[in-house]
Amino acid sequence: MIKFFLMVNKQGQTRLSKYYEHVDINKRTLLETEVIKSCLSRSNEQCSFIEYKDFKLIYRQYAALFIVVGVNDTENEMAIYEFIHNFVEVLDEYFSRVSELDVSFFNTVFHGTWQMHSGPYQSRSCSVTQAGVQRCDHGSLHPGSPGLK
Amino acid sequence: MVVPSLKLQDLIEEIRGAKTQAQEREVIQKECAHIRASFRDGDPVHRHRQLAKLLYVHMLGYPAHFGQMECLKLIASSRFTDKRVGYLGAMLLLDERHDAHLLITNSIKNDLSQGIQPVQGLALCTLSTMGSAEMCRDLAPEVEKLLLQPSPYVRKKAILTAVHMIRKVPELSSVFLPPCAQLLHERHHGILLGTITLITELCERSPAALRHFRKVVPQLVQILRTLVTMGYSTEHSISGVSDPFLQVQILRLLRILGRNHEESSETMNDLLAQVATNTDTSRNAGNAVLFETVLTIMDICSAAGLRVLAVNILGRFLLNSDRNIRYVALTSLLRLVQSDHSAVQRHRPTVVECLRETDASLSRRALELSLALVNSSNVRAMMQELQAFLESCPPDLRADCASGILLAAERFAPTKRWHIDTILHVLTTAGTHVRDDAVANLTQLIGGAQELHAYSVRRLYNALAEDISQQPLVQVAAWCIGEYGDLLLAGNCEEIEPLQVDEEEVLALLEKVLQSHMSLPATRGYALTALMKLSTRLCGDNNRIRQVVSIYGSCLDVELQQRAVEYDTLFRKYDHMRAAILEKMPLAEQDGPQADEEAKESKEAAQLSEAAPVPTEPQASQLLDLLDLLDGASGDVQHPPPLDPSPGGALVHLLDLPCAPPPPAPIPDLKVFEREGVQLNLSFIRPPENPALLLITVTATNFSEGDVTHFICQAAVPKSLQLQLQAPSGNTVPARGGLPITQLFRILNPNKAPLRLKLRLTYDHFHQSVQEIFEVNNLPVESWQ
Repeated sequence: MIKFFLMVNKQGQTRLSKYYEHVDINKRTLLETEVIKSCLSRSNEQCSFIEYKDFKLIYRQYAALFIVVGVNDTENEMAIYEFIHNFVEVLDEYFSRVSELDVSFFNTVFHGTWQMHSGPYQSRSCSVTQAGVQRCDHGSLHPGSPGLK
Repeated sequence: MVVPSLKLQDLIEEIRGAKTQAQEREVIQKECAHIRASFRDGDPVHRHRQLAKLLYVHMLGYPAHFGQMECLKLIASSRFTDKRVGYLGAMLLLDERHDAHLLITNSIKNDLSQGIQPVQGLALCTLSTMGSAEMCRDLAPEVEKLLLQPSPYVRKKAILTAVHMIRKVPELSSVFLPPCAQLLHERHHGILLGTITLITELCERSPAALRHFRKVVPQLVQILRTLVTMGYSTEHSISGVSDPFLQVQILRLLRILGRNHEESSETMNDLLAQVATNTDTSRNAGNAVLFETVLTIMDICSAAGLRVLAVNILGRFLLNSDRNIRYVALTSLLRLVQSDHSAVQRHRPTVVECLRETDASLSRRALELSLALVNSSNVRAMMQELQAFLESCPPDLRADCASGILLAAERFAPTKRWHIDTILHVLTTAGTHVRDDAVANLTQLIGGAQELHAYSVRRLYNALAEDISQQPLVQVAAWCIGEYGDLLLAGNCEEIEPLQVDEEEVLALLEKVLQSHMSLPATRGYALTALMKLSTRLCGDNNRIRQVVSIYGSCLDVELQQRAVEYDTLFRKYDHMRAAILEKMPLAEQDGPQADEEAKESKEAAQLSEAAPVPTEPQASQLLDLLDLLDGASGDVQHPPPLDPSPGGALVHLLDLPCAPPPPAPIPDLKVFEREGVQLNLSFIRPPENPALLLITVTATNFSEGDVTHFICQAAVPKSLQLQLQAPSGNTVPARGGLPITQLFRILNPNKAPLRLKLRLTYDHFHQSVQEIFEVNNLPVESWQ
């Protein structure tokens, strides 16, 4: 089961965080710093799965942004790894070449797209970025969106 | 003049333009003030814009609780833009802890039943994100209706909401169970994925649901088969694998359904083999599906051939260049090694290769797996590899590796000498990381291997001469040198090259250990005791040793000082006993604490001090004698050295000292009455805390062929005693040794007067009423003295 989903940049600033189990606010910052520290200290030759306390962390690096998913023991690590990439592809399609800036300043959009991962399992069918974009629009705040007014 | 409110984009630009934290705070505070004013005025037109800005500010970490009621108003409005922002605000700002969240239940209900599809979607999304248990219960019927709507967009979201509801309120599974079967017939992948998730949740929560869903296993198998064989469908494929997420999910559900269930497992066997062989493994998506297949095979009751296939797949993963895959393979093999040991053994060389990984997660897994794979046939080869690993592994793995090696050596050591060699090697390489009982185990081992005493002491001496920093090694070496010093100096040992060791060298080494700042106090203790023992083993004179011992008589460490003082006294006054005390130690008990001379001495000393407050006459005088003897010694006086006029029996006598007065001897039971198979027994208890009290338990047993009914027992005692009868356990004793009746008498006898007891029994037996009155003779004296 997915416990949390983070997007953190190399300087340690959290750009996006979504917790699927309640964690206190002050504990969250601690968690995020520790997680990003363990991810940053890995080199390219090491595998993408880290054991952290009683979670497993699966991370992927895209330029300066780390996407980290914390799961418990029952999850298939490689499927999550694939899922992270799927997520990024959707973003890419929506923002046409998404960048960290987009993520930090338009991440209200994501809360609309969280239907995608409502609960711990990915719900949408994979890699249909067209459909993904559609879904994003329905929750989007972007004033110029072609959604229904 | 009314200032027009900022648009969200403009606000973002302003915030980005702020150069410092203080400036940003200023901008935001100004804007928040505007927003609050606007909320107060209740401007409906721009409310959504204000809330949007507020949400943005909330994401930056500033307080936004005053927007909660606005969310409600926005949700209730009829415009889509309003609803959109309102629901988003509800998801971000409201949660179970605030009572306000219940207020949106009604709005959600309306939207779910009457809204257009996007609105229904929004409502479902919000419900699944922040729905509390009460909200879920209220809205479950609405969601259930939406499950069967024609539009896939809404159905998908409804299914996900159902998953959330089941998590919050497990009782709702009865509501959502029936539609599942129908939903499985859908072709839309999103709906399928959601349904499988829902079924998985239901099965995990209730065994009844699990049994119910076993029926759909054939259907699941069919769906998966279609997915796998369908070929290339661009809409749902990732790098050539069609919908790996759905495949993984189905496999997981099959795993849950097939666990411990023969029939379902059999239906799945073919399919699993097919998936395992046909999946394209060049990309991660394919490997993910393959991995899930392997996990499923491992968990269900699969055919033997299938399990071998699974292990082989994992073996193939191990050879893959991608580290992620190797990690996953090592983890799974670790789980398998208990059940399919021989299959995993085949991949042992590859596993050992992985020990050399630079990645910490991989090498840790490889270490665990290698330790699990050690058995009696491969122990020598594996140990070599593991010891090489120990020398080069990162520090956090050292402790695990060392203890693993020691454990494996203990279980599978082919010869004692090999065992000692291995432990020595571990101690020299990773001495600081071994567990505390390694020292005790090693001394035990060496003590038991008589023929290897010379060999071990020699090796240890060499190791110690090179390096005195590793404490466990130093402790063991010091102990051995002390015990077997004579063998060390004897000079001949066939197993390693002969080494001429001088007495002076040995003493110098032990003194070096004593003085080194790296030695722990415990180590120093070992060294001092070893020096003492050598005083009897070596043939030279003992001046050097006596010097050292007397120096340490004024050491700051209390433990060391005490020992030194005792040894000094041993030299001076009790020299005749020195040889006896410092003899070779017998083999200690396996599980008891190490029976060091010191431990015995301190135990006796402790017993002595405990015995001091509870002396009986002869012991008191003995103790006083002992305390008198310590006139000359400086230092602590509470722990006199063990002694007694007769040297041989000294230790034995002291160990006999009782520490507490003996418990009172139990009073024997008394049979007072017997007639035609009916017996009456008395048992006496005198509780030690109340010497005037006597508890008598009267037991009536029946070994005849007829029942005893209406049994009543009464008693009388002399006037100086007080008697209290408690209620009997019953008044019927069944025939042929049935359950006896017991009754408790309490007698208070403060004057210790002689006890006399008269009993009167009435009962019915063989249809006759019996009455007996008698006095109990030969009562034991202890009952009233």
